[in-house]
Amino acid sequence: MRFAQICLRQFAVISLSVVFGTALLFWQASNNLSHGEGTASAADSLKAWDKIATVLENPRCLNCHQVNSPLQGDERRLHVPLVVRGEDNLGVPGMRCTTCHSQTGNNPTSSVPGAPHWSLAPLEMNWQGLSPGDICRQLRDPKKNGNRNAEKLVTHFAEDELVGWGWTPGKGRMPVAMPRAELTEHVKTWLAGGSECPK
Amino acid sequence: MITLNINGQNHDLDVEPEMPLLWVLRDRLNMTGTKFGCGVAQCGACTVHVDGESRRSCSTMVGDVVGSEITTIEGLDGKVAKAVQTAWQKLDVVQCGYCQSGQIMSAIALLSMIEKPTDADIDAGMEGNICRCGTYQRIRAAIHEAAKSLA
Repeated sequence: MRFAQICLRQFAVISLSVVFGTALLFWQASNNLSHGEGTASAADSLKAWDKIATVLENPRCLNCHQVNSPLQGDERRLHVPLVVRGEDNLGVPGMRCTTCHSQTGNNPTSSVPGAPHWSLAPLEMNWQGLSPGDICRQLRDPKKNGNRNAEKLVTHFAEDELVGWGWTPGKGRMPVAMPRAELTEHVKTWLAGGSECPK
Repeated sequence: MITLNINGQNHDLDVEPEMPLLWVLRDRLNMTGTKFGCGVAQCGACTVHVDGESRRSCSTMVGDVVGSEITTIEGLDGKVAKAVQTAWQKLDVVQCGYCQSGQIMSAIALLSMIEKPTDADIDAGMEGNICRCGTYQRIRAAIHEAAKSLA
């Protein structure tokens, strides 16, 4: 009888563990992106995120992930002249991004920067006032990252032409220090380890 | 050879695709109504229209506007342009006048997209056009006047 009770208790504990464990896995899956390719631990993922964060905080990335107006320059001051988001993230009538910025590249005469689909990042991708952990949670949330899964996030970092401008920003602007290929590897590791985010 | 459509007319130009549109207008085509102010898209004096939207010609590479309709102050036409020019004269907006070609081009682009702009619309849309004489209040009043005449 006593043995049967112990067995029953053990069974109950194991069953509960399985149920909670599965629930935890589902909860994780709903918060983190699918892992993408490769294998990495959660610790590797967190470590990779710290590297990624150093790039995202570069003015070339941060300056246009703002609420209403982009910043300008390595000192991250407000854009001069003042431009505002508008309905389509491309400015307002009379003051559009294209009023000054080329879609084909930096202007060699005026030094005004330019790249394909030059625009303020959509509002849900704002990083203004966010900690690296907050940016991390936003980046892995398809509702706030432009509906990108793991594969599309890697493509965004590795191939997007406007992202690529960060490495060729033109005269007078500090390029992103970390090589793009290295950043892409960190993104893959971050995803493979479960897109872990610091608190 | 690059072909640009300016004020409804095609111009064949032997220029590099990176050349600023402003240089082509002023130095190659002698269309000097568009002014050189800062050369770095900070003042608005060189504003023209490309496919109806305002564009700083000092920072526009001609290679980018092949196939587009370019309009300069010399080629203005239509009821919005007429309303703006009339309002400018009626309220005597101009002081020294150097920036006014750009101001008028931006005002027309703004009114073409917003029929009845508020003060906030005008301030946001005209933000990139600097006037050293400080005629901003008259510019704003003239835009309201033009909007009223078009209603």
